[in-house]
Parts: sequence; structure tokens; C-alpha cells
Amino acid sequence: MNAIRPYLAIIAFAAAYAVLSFFVTNSYYQLMLTLVLVWASFGLSWNILSGYTGLVSFGHASFFGLGAYTTALGAMHFDLSPWLLIPIASVIGGISGVVIGLPTFRLRSHYFALSMLAYPLAILYVFEWLGYQEVTLPIKRENAAAFMQFHDPRIYTWLALGMVIAIVLISRVIERSRFGMALLAIKQNEAAAEAAGINTLLWKLRAIAISGAIAGAVGAFYAVVLLVVTPQSVFGMLVSAQALTVTMFGGIGTVWGPVIGSAILIPLSEILHAQLGARFPGIQGVIFGLAIVIVILVAPEGIYWKAREFIQRRWPQLFARSRHSEIVAARAAATATPAATKPLPERTAASGDIILSVRGISKSFGGLKAVQNVSFDVRRGSILGIIGPNGAGKTTAFNLLNGFLRPDSGEVLVDGRNVVGWTPHQICEIGVGRTFQIMRPFARLSVADNVVVGAYVRAKTDDEARHLAHDAIVRVGLEDVADRVASQLTTKELRLMELARALAGQPRLLLLDETLAGLGAGEADQVVDVVRKLAAEGVTIVIIEHTMKAMVKLVDRFVVLDHGAVLTEGEPETVTRDPQVIEAYLGAKWSASHGQAAC
Amino acid sequence: MTFPILAENFLQSLMAGILLGAIYGLMCVGLAMIFGVMRVINFAQGDFMMLGMYATYYLFVAFGIQTLFGSFFGPYIAVTIAAPVLFVVGYFIHQTLISRVSGSKTAQLEGEGHYAQLILTLGIALILQNASQIVFGSIQVSVRTPLSSSAWIIGPLWGDFVEIFVNKARAIAALLSGAVIIALAVLIGRTRLGKSLRAAADNPTAATYMGIDVDFAHRIAFALGTAITAVAGGLLATNYPFQPHVGLEFVIVMYAGVVLGGLGSIIGAFWGGMTIGLVQQLSTLVLPTQLQNTAIFVAFLLIVFLRPQGFFGRVSERT
Repeated sequence: MNAIRPYLAIIAFAAAYAVLSFFVTNSYYQLMLTLVLVWASFGLSWNILSGYTGLVSFGHASFFGLGAYTTALGAMHFDLSPWLLIPIASVIGGISGVVIGLPTFRLRSHYFALSMLAYPLAILYVFEWLGYQEVTLPIKRENAAAFMQFHDPRIYTWLALGMVIAIVLISRVIERSRFGMALLAIKQNEAAAEAAGINTLLWKLRAIAISGAIAGAVGAFYAVVLLVVTPQSVFGMLVSAQALTVTMFGGIGTVWGPVIGSAILIPLSEILHAQLGARFPGIQGVIFGLAIVIVILVAPEGIYWKAREFIQRRWPQLFARSRHSEIVAARAAATATPAATKPLPERTAASGDIILSVRGISKSFGGLKAVQNVSFDVRRGSILGIIGPNGAGKTTAFNLLNGFLRPDSGEVLVDGRNVVGWTPHQICEIGVGRTFQIMRPFARLSVADNVVVGAYVRAKTDDEARHLAHDAIVRVGLEDVADRVASQLTTKELRLMELARALAGQPRLLLLDETLAGLGAGEADQVVDVVRKLAAEGVTIVIIEHTMKAMVKLVDRFVVLDHGAVLTEGEPETVTRDPQVIEAYLGAKWSASHGQAAC
Repeated sequence: MTFPILAENFLQSLMAGILLGAIYGLMCVGLAMIFGVMRVINFAQGDFMMLGMYATYYLFVAFGIQTLFGSFFGPYIAVTIAAPVLFVVGYFIHQTLISRVSGSKTAQLEGEGHYAQLILTLGIALILQNASQIVFGSIQVSVRTPLSSSAWIIGPLWGDFVEIFVNKARAIAALLSGAVIIALAVLIGRTRLGKSLRAAADNPTAATYMGIDVDFAHRIAFALGTAITAVAGGLLATNYPFQPHVGLEFVIVMYAGVVLGGLGSIIGAFWGGMTIGLVQQLSTLVLPTQLQNTAIFVAFLLIVFLRPQGFFGRVSERT
């Protein structure tokens, strides 16, 4: 019983729909039943890319149209059966997804959306120019079923129903695996996902390939149902809009969204079109437009989420045990003895070999030399503090180390390997984790899930990832809030969560960017204790701060940056007495009048 | 083909590109006001242009401007009246809809509200297009003036062979576009209102602290952007037959121009639009006419790919 529980809703929906379609005899209403499923499928395909990754595609008509034309032209020119053409259309859709995705994923948010809009419109004119203004599928008298041509319109509905269920199941599999987790992480914060070891480009390409393949198949089926294909009807703006309208209306990022949206909007607009279309041509478009506007203003996440929220508030007992708490409970039972129990090795500061060697890196933005010829070494097991006034180039230096930026010159050696030119997730894979000065939590995920994202880089299975994440949460002492959504945490808890997320990938080297910023004195001490404990466990740490106070007792060595260059480096005691350092922090006048000053 | 014919074709396309490019430039400036000042992606911009075309058309035909001022001056007077009408439309749309997902409201929305804006304006676009189809019908119309079928002739050049035709309606439209842009540049550069617009564009938070009503500045920018694009539409209408779905063709033109010109630069947007006009017209020398629009889309994609990011002012994200 437990195994089929998640599928109960799907089975119930399919059964109800099949029964409904069984009793509809009017062929126009039967067609409408089919179209509801077609647009629901198309919405689902859009949801896999845009709902999960947050990259809004205004160009899903590209895949839909290519699928439709594949079928129409394949049937017309080569006399092939749709049973064969739909899979071919799906492959073409998937390939075109990758071809379009590869260049377009370089763009962010609205530039991505706008560019996606350009593809179907460009293709539309090409098909018009090629002379395919209207392609009709040839009618087969004999052997009609082999060409997917049925007398009974109900069969189309049932085929479409099978298609929707297949796509819902695919979406479910994606949602509940590391695939879905990666996409969710990308949606919430792409840079953090990349730094946590997720190959964002690869996952996005997979998402667009699957999404395109499904859209291609749906377009192909649409051509079979309607028998006529025109450039406007499959590549047009309204087609792309349809995908996002039904999904946005029904609920984004859930499999039920497109189904609900389609089941409401398609019959509504079809009936309006039939009743009023003669007097008011375009009433369909007005309805869609109004639906979008109202949804954005009233329930920006769609009906499904709004209804869920309402039910949750009204009858909370239905949601007493959420998914997260179940997982955490299971996890807690599984890991009775956390890994941190092994005896800590006595820390022998700065005695190890060199794990990170930075050799003469420089980076300029236009005329601004943000980092100039910076070199330093970090010994295994030590804590290095990088300090310097605001604007000294500390964060830029980190961005160069973990691959967000590529240095103009110089080398970054991790265990002797030059990692210049690597992507952040590759650098994370070889054991370099980082946190951010401006925190980048995945705000809508629970603490546990936030940390799981960081664990995927090391873990082969989902179970292993959960174990690693649990260990990391224990190591920073966040067990009590593991179940909470990240947006509800305090600054200190968020800092620790980011630390845990980086730790879950089991880094050998941790880059901490102003981990103490915004913390009160007591809180800062707690975080410092955690950092010290990690170092004692053998993690090498490089930490950025612009206040020296908390750092003096923590670090083994300081590197002082000023105006992008290394001012001095050495033991904390010597550095804090260095007149140059005092001058950089407090100005020449202060240093002249005070001579030697303590920090 | 001989050299004179090639040269004539080229010069003819160049001239057509410059004239059309000036009108495109004006359109882009309208969008740049909205995209540049408010960082709002407006999908309905093409439909504002369409409304400008219909406003010009109905003012000219139905409100007696044609009978009052004749067919020579009539269209331009109609455009002049259409501008404030669309200003009010833009003001109203911003007040009721756009302001809810932009400006100070973006903080609570995902992706700084960009998704909400994209989708909201898509909804507005669908409503405007289809409601216009219901109200105005789907038959193509145009603002008829004798100017659109007459031309000045430059030449003959190179002996007797090369003559270039300059369509009078287009030429006047291009000149008026230039005039509007100069007026706008003065407004933005020299007046108090312009200063508050620039401040609101540069740093809305800081502008708020300095006592500038940023929401009001955005509303004015949106309304101005709407009106300017509508004027461009009205000027184009004199020799471009249109129907309610005409806007879609121009949305990409406008974004291409604005992106090419560099975000936030009003004058840049004009030159961006000019470039797109030239690309479109010169592409006809080598491509079939049906692929003109494809050429624009490809140009747009190339522009976005070759100069990705950075346009939103943030060169490097702070981490």
C-alpha cells in the first residue's frame, strides 16, 4: 500500500478522466477533452525546464512546432506512421533543446526569456519561406490504426491520457531525485549551486533536452489529432504563451499545475470561442490574458499552491507530517552515532605540506586593478586569515580561487594542480568548498535540503547524500533547526548552514568569506568555535574578514591585502604591529601620531 | 548585374534603412525609457505601438482631422494628439498593474520581480492584441496620405544611371523622430523632472532617501515610454498597413535595439534601432524578403550572445 500511495492521486485522476471521456459522445467535446490533455502535457514539459529551474522560456513553441512539422512532413513525404514519427519528433525536440540551450544558457533571467522568444519566431518565417504554409496529413482509408487514425475520437483522448500520465511520472522521478534537487538549487541561487559542486550547465542542458523531447512529442501528437499544421498554429506566440499560461495559472513547479490550469482554461476559452467567437474574434486571447494578469496579481504561484496553502491553514492536521520531517526522522534513526565521535587529532598548526598555492594572480575590471600580483601559500591543516579594508580585493581573490572569475594572469595550484580555467563545480569536486559574504541560502528549502545540495558532489546515491548532510549539520550544531525553512533562520544560523553546506561536500580546503559579518560578539565567538573545531578535524581554512579583532586568536597566519595587492603577511602578532597595516586601516595621520598601536 | 545597378540597389536599401531605422530608433527610445529607467521588461511595448497606430488612424479618419487639416498635415496632427492619449494610457496601466510588480514591490518577489513583470506584461499584451481585434477588426488598415506614395528623387548620380527614391512620408517621419528625440534629450538632461528620472534609474533606493518620489518618477517614465513608442507607431502608420497583432513583429526589434545601444542609454537605444533598421533593409539585398524578420531575430540573438550580461549595470556580482 505504501508503495502506491504517492501514485493514488494520479490513478484517481486517470480513472476519473477515462470514465468521463467514455461517456462523452459529442465529437467536439471529445476533441476538447483531448486538447486539455495535450496542453497539460505541453505545460508539463515547460514546467520541467522553467518551473524547476526558474529560467522562463518564451520559446517552447520551437520544440512543439518542430515536432508537429516532423510528423506532418514525414507523413506527407515519406508515408511514415505517426507511431514512428512521434518518437522521431521527440528525438528532434531533445536535440534542438540542447542546440538552443548551449548558447542561450549563458544568458540570465530576462535575457534568457527574450532570446527564447526569438527562436520560434525566426523558425516560423523559415517554414513560411519554405512554402509550408499549410501541411495536411494524408488520410488513410486502409490500415488506419497503423497510422494513428481512429474513427472513435475517444481513442485519441485515451492516448493523450497515457501521454499525460507518462509525463507526470517522469516529472515525479525528476522531482524526487538529485536531478530535481539540482534544478531547485539552480532556481534558488545559481552561483551557490555551482559553488556547492553542482554542474549547473549540465543539469540545465539535461532539463531542456527532456523538456524539448516531451514538447516535440506533444507537438507531433497535436498534428496527428488536428491533421493540419500551419506555422502560426505551432510556432506562433500563442503556443509558447499557452505553455506558460496553463502552468502559471495552475501552479508552477508542481505536476498538478499544468493539469489544473489546462482543465480550467482550455474548456473555458473553447466554449467562449464557440459561443462568442463569431461576434468577438480573439475572445480566447483576452481570456488567457486576463487569466495571466489576475493570477500574477492575486496568486503569483498559481491555483495549486494557493489552494494548498488555504487547506494547510484550515485543516493543519492533514499536513501534520511533512515530507522533510519524515526524512529527518528516518535519518536520525539511521545515524545514531554521528561521525564526529572519532578522537580529534591534536592540531599541529602550519606543519603540513602546501595544499593551496597562489602564484601572482591578477584581475582587472576595465581600468580597476582589483587584484594585482597576489601570491601566498596555505599549509595543510592551517587557518589563514585574509584581511584588508573594504575594497581591498578580498572577495575578488576568492572568486578567482574558486573559479567564479578567471584571473588575467597567474596560477592557482591546489595540491600542485593548476585550476585556472576550471569551473566552480570542478574546483568544488577536488575538495575546495566556499561560503559567501552575502549569504546565498536556497531560501525555500529546509536547512537539511540546503545541506543535501552540497553533499551531492561527494555522494553517489541520494541516501549517501542525506547521511553526509546529516553529519555536516551535526558538525556545525544545527540539528535542532534542520527541519526549518532556510528563510526563517537567524543570521548566525544561516552562516552555520552555509558552513554545513560547504562541509557536506567533504572539502579539504574551505574558503570562508566574511563568515563573521553581521554577527554580535557572542554569536561571532560561537561561529569561531565551530571554525576552530573544523580546523582541528583536519580541514584547511582560508577566512576573509575586514575586522582583525575576532581573527587574531583564530588564525595561524595573516595575509593583508590593500588596493588589490599583498601588503604584508606573517604571524598575527607581527602583522598587527606592522605600521603599514595600521596605516592601511586607519590612515597615515593616525599611524604617525600613534606610532605603534594595538588593534 | 552591372556596377551602377548594384550601387543603386545598395544605396536604395541604405536610404530605406536609414529612414526606417530612425523610426525604429524612436520606438527603441520609448522602450529604453521603461527598460532603462525602471528595469521592467515590457512585453506589451509592441502593443502600445499598435495602440498608437490605431489612435492616429481613428483621430485622423473619424475625428475629423482629415477634413479639418487635409491629408498632408492631418496624419502628423493626429500623431501629436495621439501622444498625450497614450501617455494617459501608460500612466493608468502603470498605476493599476505594473507598479504592483516593480519598483519598491520587487523585494518580495522571486528573481527581483522580473518573472512577474515578464508574465504580467505578456498578459497585458494578449489582452490588448485580442481586445483590439474585437474592437478594431482584423482587416489591415493604414493612414492614407498622398505623401506615402510620392518620393523625392536624388540623382541621377554616376551619369544617368543611379537614382535614389526617398519616400516623402518616411522621410518626414524620420525627421520628426529626430525632433522628438532631441526634445526628449533636453527634457532628460536639463529639467528637474529629467534629473529625478535619472536618479531613480541610477539608484532607486538612494533616490528615495534624497526625497525623490521614485514611484512617481517610474510612472512618468512608463507613461513617457508608452507615448514615445506610440508616436513612432503613428509615424510608421503612414505607409505601413497594420492590424491588431502588428506589435509582436516589433517587440524583438525594440529589444534588439535597446540591448545593442546599451542599457540605460537613451541615445544609444536610438542608434541601436537605427542599426536594426539597416540590418533589416540591407538583408533584402542577399536574402528573400520573407526572411527579413528572421534576419532581425538572428541579429538579436547574436547581439545578446556577443555582449551577454553586463547590461544590467552590474559588471561583477558581489558574492
